[in-house]
Amino acid sequence: MKQFIKKLYYGDIPDAGSGTTPSNDQQPRTDWPLWEVFIRSKQGLDHKHVGSLHASDAQMAIENARDVYTRRQEGVSIWVVESKHLTASNPAEAGELFEPAADKVYRHPTFYNLPDQVNYM
Amino acid sequence: MSSHNLEEQFQQKIDQDIKIEPKDWMPDAYRKTNTRQISQHAHSEVVGMLPEGNWISRAPSLKRKAILIAKIQDEGGHGLYLYAAAETLGQSREQMINDLHSGKAKYSSIFNYPALTWADMGAIGWLVDGAAIMNQVMLTRTSYGPYARAMVRICKEESFHQRQGFESLLVLSKGSEEQRALCQDAINRWWWPALMMFGPRDQESTNSDMSLKWRIKRKTNDELRQQFVDMIAEQIKVLGMTLPDPALQWNATRNHYDFGEINWDEFWQVVKGNGPCNKERLEARKKAWEKGAWVREAAQAYANKKNTGTKAA
Repeated sequence: MKQFIKKLYYGDIPDAGSGTTPSNDQQPRTDWPLWEVFIRSKQGLDHKHVGSLHASDAQMAIENARDVYTRRQEGVSIWVVESKHLTASNPAEAGELFEPAADKVYRHPTFYNLPDQVNYM
Repeated sequence: MSSHNLEEQFQQKIDQDIKIEPKDWMPDAYRKTNTRQISQHAHSEVVGMLPEGNWISRAPSLKRKAILIAKIQDEGGHGLYLYAAAETLGQSREQMINDLHSGKAKYSSIFNYPALTWADMGAIGWLVDGAAIMNQVMLTRTSYGPYARAMVRICKEESFHQRQGFESLLVLSKGSEEQRALCQDAINRWWWPALMMFGPRDQESTNSDMSLKWRIKRKTNDELRQQFVDMIAEQIKVLGMTLPDPALQWNATRNHYDFGEINWDEFWQVVKGNGPCNKERLEARKKAWEKGAWVREAAQAYANKKNTGTKAA
């Protein structure tokens, strides 16, 4: 039952999965490191996060990503990054973090009323 | 902030259909329910490869063999998407695999039935995957973000599974007397277990209430089961076959098909581990895991060696 209650959040998992510093000693960690997978679906588009997988090294992560995420030609390029290298913002602080943008309507083109003659600007 | 407050905010997000993401606060029971459900779902995909794997070498043509391999490979992939989603809740992959192998974790009981003939490959695709899709389509709108995203990916791939199954049965249904008999026999054996896949009746299911409140599930077991019966009762006409239920009948007042009672004793027996293949399936899983141990260790040793090499240089 305990394993469900422990507070291991998303950003904590990589460490636990990477075999470097086990975050709890209740169970031995022999999982391969966790990798995040990003796929460019076609030339000209951004790489987009599609999911994650375990692999012993970067090369295996790419090959496994090829096998699980591009079986139906979903990609032309793959990035993998070990999850422990990702830093994420904290959702509990999202209010303060994004608050500065909230009162700056003048950053949007629609803030400016222009005469019809130039309104396509 | 008090946890009562957090819980209220959490429920407000759910009610507004705002997805819950891994780092968000969530009640422990929500975490626990999702972990259990997602990992069970993952195990089902992985164990689901076993009844079909037995038929790869006996597929009747190269085309059918290629299709079957592709379907099984998809299922391995689906297991991976789901394990990864469950891991975002703090459960390690190894723990989940261990729980499956020790018998602590459950997987869908349907895979404890044997696949006896080639026609079973068609029946599994049409009925078993068909029943699974009902559940999965609903789950694309589940409240936990990583689970919902995994389900969208899975649903995109799953419809090929059901279509190839139906098409395979369609070919048999137009074949010789013997082929037609195989087709009907497979349908007869898989129909009731497929209906059992939706779980206990609503008045008996212990998980449904909170699952609906938290929008992990959006429809009850009985609603999904009825939807499935209505769909299959129509599709079977195209095959010119019958479903093994004398009580099956269109009910114009309800606008649904009525159907007979499931053998709930059998259902609970299989859930408790006394189905025809429970032991065999777990043995096959454990054997595959143990026989692959040297590969996992070798890959890790190779990665360690490369890492030390880089540091020394």
